[in-house]
Amino acid sequence: METDNWRRNKRVFFAVSVPQLTWLLIFFIIPLAAVFIISFSEKRGIIGHELVWDWKNYIRAIEPIYLSIFAKTLLTSTAVTVICLLVGYPVALAISFAPRWLKLALLFAVTVPFWINGLIRTYALIAVFRTRGILNFTLEWFWSIGASVLAWFGIEVGSYQDLQFLYTNVAATAGIVYVFIPFMILPLYAVMERFDKSYLEAALDLGAGHWRTFFTVLLPLTTPGIISGCIIVFVPSLGVFFIADLLGGTDSLLIGNVIERQFLGANNWPFGAALSFLLMYLTFAALILYSIVNKKSKKIGGVDV
Amino acid sequence: MSKPALLDYAARWWMRLFLAMFFLLLYAPIVILIIFSFNDSKRNIVWRGATGKYYAKAWANDSLIEAFINSLTIAVANMIVGTLLGVITAILLWRFRFPAKKAVEGVLALPIVIPEICMGVAMLVFFNKWWPNNLVWPLNLVNIIIAHVTFTFPFVAVIVRGQLAGLNREFELAAMDLGASEWRAMIDVLLPQIKPSIIAGALIAFTLSLEDFVITYFTAGPDSITLPVKINSMVRFSVTPEVNAASTILIIITIVAVWLAMRIQKEKTNG
Amino acid sequence: MGKTVLSIENIVKKFGNVAAVNGVSLTIQDGDFFALLGPSGCGKTTLLRMLGGFDSPTSGHIFMDGIDITDVPPNKRQINMLFQSYAVFPHMNVEDNVAYGLRMEKRPTTEINQRVQEALALVRMEEFAKRPPDKLSGGQRQRVALARALIKKPRILLLDEPLSALDAKLRGAMQTELVRLQQTVGITFIIVTHDQDEALSMATRIAVMDEGSFCQVDAPRVLYEAPSSRFVADFIGRMNMHECIVIAEQDNGYCINAGGDMGEISVRHAPLPGVRAGDKIYYGVRPEKVIFSKDKPADNVGNAVVLENYSYHGDETLLYCRSQDGTLWTCTLTNDRRNFTPVNVGELGWLTWAADNMILLAK
Repeated sequence: METDNWRRNKRVFFAVSVPQLTWLLIFFIIPLAAVFIISFSEKRGIIGHELVWDWKNYIRAIEPIYLSIFAKTLLTSTAVTVICLLVGYPVALAISFAPRWLKLALLFAVTVPFWINGLIRTYALIAVFRTRGILNFTLEWFWSIGASVLAWFGIEVGSYQDLQFLYTNVAATAGIVYVFIPFMILPLYAVMERFDKSYLEAALDLGAGHWRTFFTVLLPLTTPGIISGCIIVFVPSLGVFFIADLLGGTDSLLIGNVIERQFLGANNWPFGAALSFLLMYLTFAALILYSIVNKKSKKIGGVDV
Repeated sequence: MSKPALLDYAARWWMRLFLAMFFLLLYAPIVILIIFSFNDSKRNIVWRGATGKYYAKAWANDSLIEAFINSLTIAVANMIVGTLLGVITAILLWRFRFPAKKAVEGVLALPIVIPEICMGVAMLVFFNKWWPNNLVWPLNLVNIIIAHVTFTFPFVAVIVRGQLAGLNREFELAAMDLGASEWRAMIDVLLPQIKPSIIAGALIAFTLSLEDFVITYFTAGPDSITLPVKINSMVRFSVTPEVNAASTILIIITIVAVWLAMRIQKEKTNG
Repeated sequence: MGKTVLSIENIVKKFGNVAAVNGVSLTIQDGDFFALLGPSGCGKTTLLRMLGGFDSPTSGHIFMDGIDITDVPPNKRQINMLFQSYAVFPHMNVEDNVAYGLRMEKRPTTEINQRVQEALALVRMEEFAKRPPDKLSGGQRQRVALARALIKKPRILLLDEPLSALDAKLRGAMQTELVRLQQTVGITFIIVTHDQDEALSMATRIAVMDEGSFCQVDAPRVLYEAPSSRFVADFIGRMNMHECIVIAEQDNGYCINAGGDMGEISVRHAPLPGVRAGDKIYYGVRPEKVIFSKDKPADNVGNAVVLENYSYHGDETLLYCRSQDGTLWTCTLTNDRRNFTPVNVGELGWLTWAADNMILLAK
């Protein structure tokens, strides 16, 4: 049928295409292009800059100090992604196997934090991690139980010493995991929900145990969901800055923090712009890798995402 | 009680324990934040009895109220413009075949996929260079609204397109067969059918805008502060239950909006 | 044949307060092609899933060769299943799918390869060994699933609505194929179906199920020609069924009054427990055993009717007639000659049948 050809009804076509494409051009493409051009400029004076068309900013970005921050960002994002997957997979699995009423309730429960402001959730974690915070209280409680049990056997242990969590890399990583975990669960759940459970029954029927069923059938067939979940966590976690800012220590700087400081603190827009574009290229690289892996995983079968 | 069915993993005790632990860890910080907004102590550490005074204090804090009003104004404006652009985008991609469609789709996905901070600095650069500052309220919010619309309308488009995909084009053709113009067919037949996803998309656009911190942080001027940006500066300045009170209000508005959106989406799939 | 391979005792399965299977007992002989037949929601699939070990019964026991296997998980049962969706693993090719069960048994590779070849030959899929499932038709996928289950040499193969996803032509061919396979391998088949035609043509025994209980368990011929209840009579095939009064019990049957033109009829029939003279019961005649004629033939039982409507099916014509007392009758006319005289709506005639073709039903 030819009714979907845009030439058939140009008036309607232009009405539903011109407004948002113009909008996108002016308020998205042009700003991005401006950042791109600035990345080839040179800082002049306190806030000014001049276009010089050289690679100085990019060359500076690959100096060891910034390269190590990029490496650290990649490492943190990878760790965050792996942790989110290890925790999120069983959660998504349990939700997809739950009875209908519970399923909707659990899904809502996963979705709500997804929508609550990341800043507020990060702020909420400060109360957990700080010296006299929830985590230390809980550990102290366990410690005192353990100590009294040991005392019963005549072993004396000292009183609990608060551990330092806040302003460490552990807190920063945990914070990013906390903010991003719903992003992992939702795509995993989407794939598992559409997954035909009789594949599992067939594997069990043919003599596989639950673990072998998991590794030979469930895991390969939910790979598309795993890949989507990982990309959805990995990509935005690359650009995080306020979580590391609030929870991390002085050595928890991520590339997002550096960019923010170049624009809002040091006022070195050209260098910040170069870093932004490097971060964007990193994102695109991850997305391209995703589409390649995804195509492959679809080829060997599996459930479409 | 008979033993759980073979595949009823959710009914196994170890799975339940794991789920319980997960949701405990997921919600404990938020619940504690809310509880401590009622704590009668300046320090956020020990419980000293319930009080509503921090809500009163937040209410009396002019700059906080101003930020709140700004946030709502921006969210509503963003909702209207973002939904409009999102809906026509969804219709464009669903209804028409045109040259470079794949490229257009790719560009439309960009605001969703690029890191928020990159979007933020792009907005900062754009509005700093080519936008008048020192505008009076509510014109001083326009740049934030523009930034929000730019990243929310693709989300709306995704939601509406999801419902359009399940739609039978023959309704529209039937209307045209009965003498309606393409416009009329769209308004009479198409829009009523995708109303649930439009409403859901609008609520999502509202929430995204209300919640956004990163992009707003780079776009907001000193006199156009939103609630998340205000909370951010309060967190850095001093951690008091007043921050918890402001956060609690934002959380409640969010939960209500999301709950509504989910209900409407559910009705859509049931109906 | 003749040895009991599977017996189930008082199986009950409740979902919440609803009993999907309501206390059924059954024995199945080795080599049977057993069909569970019933309308959707009658509990037949639930029962099959319990036999496979995918659901556990709320109460009751399942024995295989005399051993209680109620709590044995599916991977430890010598029972395999052909799933309704076939569940052919999409990420493995045909060969790997078929080999899966043997790999789980950790058999040596040479044995696996040989048995996979045999199993594929059995279902005539040898040349598709390396194909991925998404390059197979529905019927081919079903053959793979069959080979995958049969390679395990189970005592029993369970088949959940195996033909429902196939188109009509293929379904007919697959019916014959399944019977051939079952006879070749000699494994007991238990099939779930809602299609009476499927059950009648393939099974050696059929259990008709309704609302979680068995209505009748018998050979196909017995079910059709001697149903034990109105539900079974009505569910399997077409049946003209009307009320009548028992006049007297006779030596090898009953004398009934069917009313209308028929009056009192002596019917040779197996004894109906608890039926006495004066009871109201039902009688039935299958439409293909009813003859439509212009005149009343002497010996047969009959009823004067008006032809109200008919539907032409090519090989036969179904006549819908109404008798003078207002009851509706169906009669099958075999179109056994090319130039037969067509019937006309409004025509008057007689429906007649031999008294021996009548079935008496007490419930």
